[in-house]
Amino acid sequence: MTYIKPLFRHPELPKNKIGYAKSDYEGAISTLCAGCGHDSISAAIVHACYELSIEPHRLAKLSGIGCSSKTPTYFLSNSHGFNAVHGRMPSIATGANMANRGLIYLGVSGDGDSASIGMGQFVHAIRRNVNMVYIVMNNGCYGLTKGQNSATADIGSLSKGGAENHYPAIDLVGLALELGATFVGRSFSGDKTQLVPLIKAAMSHPGFALLDVVSPCVTFNNKPESTKSYDYVRAHLEATATIDFVPEKEEITVNYPEGKSAHVKLHDGSVIHLQKLAPNWNPTDRHSAVNRLQEAKMKNEVLTGLLYIDPDSQEMHELENTVEQPLNTLREAELCPGSEALEKINASFR
Amino acid sequence: MKPTNIQDPEYFHKVVDCQYACPAHTPVPEYIRMIAAERYTDAYMVNWESNVFPGILGRTCDRPCEPACRRGRIEEEPVAICRLKRVAADNKEEVRHLMPAIPEKKNGKKIALIGGGPASLTVARDLAPLGYEIHLYDEWDKGGGMMRTQIPAFRLPESVLDEEVGYILDMGIHTHFNTYVESMKKILEKDYDAIFVGTGAPQGRDLNLPGRQEAGANIHIGINWLASVAFGHTTKIGRRVIILGGGNTAMDCCRTSRRLGGDEVKVVVRSPFKDMKASSWEIQDAKREDIPIMNNLPPKEFVVEKGKLKGIVFGKVAAIYDENGKRSLVPTGEPDVFIEADDVIIAIGQDNAFPWVERDLGIKFGKWDLPVVDKTTFQSTLDRVFFGGDAAFGPENVITAVAHGHQAAVSIDLFCRGESVYNRPSPYTNLVSQKMGIHEWSYDSPVVVDKRYLVPHAEKQVALSNRKVEVELGFDPPTGFKEAQRCLNCDVQTVFNTSRCIECDACMDVCPTSCITFTTNGEEEDLRARLLAPANNVTQDLYVSENLPTGRVMVKDEDVCLHCGLCAERCPTAAWDMQKYLYQVTKATPIWNISEPSTI
Repeated sequence: MTYIKPLFRHPELPKNKIGYAKSDYEGAISTLCAGCGHDSISAAIVHACYELSIEPHRLAKLSGIGCSSKTPTYFLSNSHGFNAVHGRMPSIATGANMANRGLIYLGVSGDGDSASIGMGQFVHAIRRNVNMVYIVMNNGCYGLTKGQNSATADIGSLSKGGAENHYPAIDLVGLALELGATFVGRSFSGDKTQLVPLIKAAMSHPGFALLDVVSPCVTFNNKPESTKSYDYVRAHLEATATIDFVPEKEEITVNYPEGKSAHVKLHDGSVIHLQKLAPNWNPTDRHSAVNRLQEAKMKNEVLTGLLYIDPDSQEMHELENTVEQPLNTLREAELCPGSEALEKINASFR
Repeated sequence: MKPTNIQDPEYFHKVVDCQYACPAHTPVPEYIRMIAAERYTDAYMVNWESNVFPGILGRTCDRPCEPACRRGRIEEEPVAICRLKRVAADNKEEVRHLMPAIPEKKNGKKIALIGGGPASLTVARDLAPLGYEIHLYDEWDKGGGMMRTQIPAFRLPESVLDEEVGYILDMGIHTHFNTYVESMKKILEKDYDAIFVGTGAPQGRDLNLPGRQEAGANIHIGINWLASVAFGHTTKIGRRVIILGGGNTAMDCCRTSRRLGGDEVKVVVRSPFKDMKASSWEIQDAKREDIPIMNNLPPKEFVVEKGKLKGIVFGKVAAIYDENGKRSLVPTGEPDVFIEADDVIIAIGQDNAFPWVERDLGIKFGKWDLPVVDKTTFQSTLDRVFFGGDAAFGPENVITAVAHGHQAAVSIDLFCRGESVYNRPSPYTNLVSQKMGIHEWSYDSPVVVDKRYLVPHAEKQVALSNRKVEVELGFDPPTGFKEAQRCLNCDVQTVFNTSRCIECDACMDVCPTSCITFTTNGEEEDLRARLLAPANNVTQDLYVSENLPTGRVMVKDEDVCLHCGLCAERCPTAAWDMQKYLYQVTKATPIWNISEPSTI
């Protein structure tokens, strides 16, 4: 019996720019079911952080309750973590981000945690454009309580017991676009070549970046008739574009063909390259993203890839005009500058 | 790449690096697990079936398995396979009743074995249970050959040797000891159906330098001198001794000298240390006994004064390598070195010698005066004469001689039954799932991080005072258990079933050593560069699946797989399974199926 991950790693594992191997971004061994899509997403997060050369102490992972929200234990063992009450991760993330804008915030949630109990929190984090990555590990069911349909289960989808879902699904991507989210993407746990660059791009985006990742529940929601199963998703997968993320100061070595590609430059100088674009779709045009999404829905496609990005995103701190220095490092002298300073302020109103 | 054919018995055999590297292909992980389970007798018999001399080899083997051990690629040191073998031999119970019975009624065929060393004894063991009448000839008064004459008693106690040689001789072998066979012609004239020559490489090389003749009384040939010590004819040596040569025989000579009165024993080699042929552990053992090893000193002359040896003059050289890596020893121009000595032992190699084989019998001889022998069948150009061990292809080691013996026995049996010696039966193979439950395997899958354990040694003073005191004491059972747990169970194979895979990537994500990658197929060189971790060890195969539904393939680099079973545990559809692969070399006597422990 294991659940013990051997300590040995491949002796020739490459190192990233700051001298860490991918294994340095790992966590404890997963206790989720064998074959769970969530584990693939965890692996993609590990991969993305390794490739971005993120210093582990500069990242905070936050989660709520559910199978998805257990996963922060399974990656980035050397990073900060907060496991919040069910559905309340967005407010914890907002508070943490308000107090310390110097960290990278990675929120991990599920369809139950975000689309049901935490919906009220989720929408406000989007509205405030909190600078964070928000990954929804979306399996369309409540895996931790034996697989009841969740709010993201599609109409007509069959559960493990064969029962058909009668209620319309909440499409988190459509909702986020509607609410003004500045980075919206969808992916599939079984497609790391797409998921890893999406996570990297999301981490570099200033503002709220939603990644709705379809992640099959092998135990309770993997019948071929379930729209969140490996078979169904693979058969209906439709990507907006193949995505490549080139971080700041890195040389672009790939030749991208003209016409069928687009480049989105981020604030920090990083570039997102998109290839083989879907017709009538522009990644920086919210309207075309909504249209493309509706079109895909009608054709029963699972539309994945980067759907929308606002290159001029202004995150919460910019909107609030807070100081550059993280608030949690401000000392008394700076917070209470004394009666003289107060006099000056008062004088400005006279 | 094409999908890997796991039906090929050699594919999974190759994954079991230790077994594959062993000339006799002993199923190493199989017996190591038995040692961990305190099944010492079973572990001994698994060895005995394969390598015939577990107690002897557990002390003296050249251990080709250890440099091959996968553990050595993951951390610093391989599993102490050789010394674990000894744990089985030291702690076993009575084994004679487990050995094959010898039929009272013989099959009417007579076999002569020339030489009583490991090769001949292996042939005897494999053929005697089939009813062959076997006659063994040896010039000494006991069996064992070079294992008795060339391996000193402080490395191999006589009792261990007698026991394991005895198991075979007691199979009704007709021994003709103290009989030096002087003529092959005379042997052929007798009514033997087949003759096996296992006479080793009995001729120690000499060094004809000035002074060699005059100082002859104090200059000895290594292997002859060791034999003389082993039989008690030589009991003393001078105070200052020089050993010429850098192989294992030189190490045995210098350490034996230390026990016979040599206080100042020096080993002098003509080449650099790194080119020494001796095993690293034997060099360590010599150094531990205060024996300096001096390098880059080729001898020039034996200095003799008044008919008595005074020492040796050495030149100084440096090794220069050309672009092809070919070495030449070039004098440095420094002044010569004189080293005093009362005795000199020359241990610079040994050769085959067949003065007793007449050249008009139809037995062809080729390069270096070695017989022309088929590499698979060990048959010479005279169909009823077979060669094996050092006698066949030049000096190797005990385990190679055993491997030859098994194959020669297969050939002799086929030959005596009138079948083609090329019509060889396949090896025995078996592949069985080890799954006991969702997270449970029949083997200890967790990988321990323990470093290699050291074998305790006898106190130096005691060991040096008597040449028969064994230096290595062997692992005690608790240490043996801990060392056994270091084994990665490489024979428990990761077997992939393409049709079951749903491509969830769970195996790829969990693999601690990043062995598994799902990617698009390509040529081997291209694939090796594209895997999760670079597959730079080209001696290790890539295990490639058939095409998966997404058009990708599963590629597993066998190189540093820990055989921890996590891929199979995290697989939701049991597309991966951990299956134990047992491979037993073809032998004349199908001794038993060792995968059925209930029969043991």
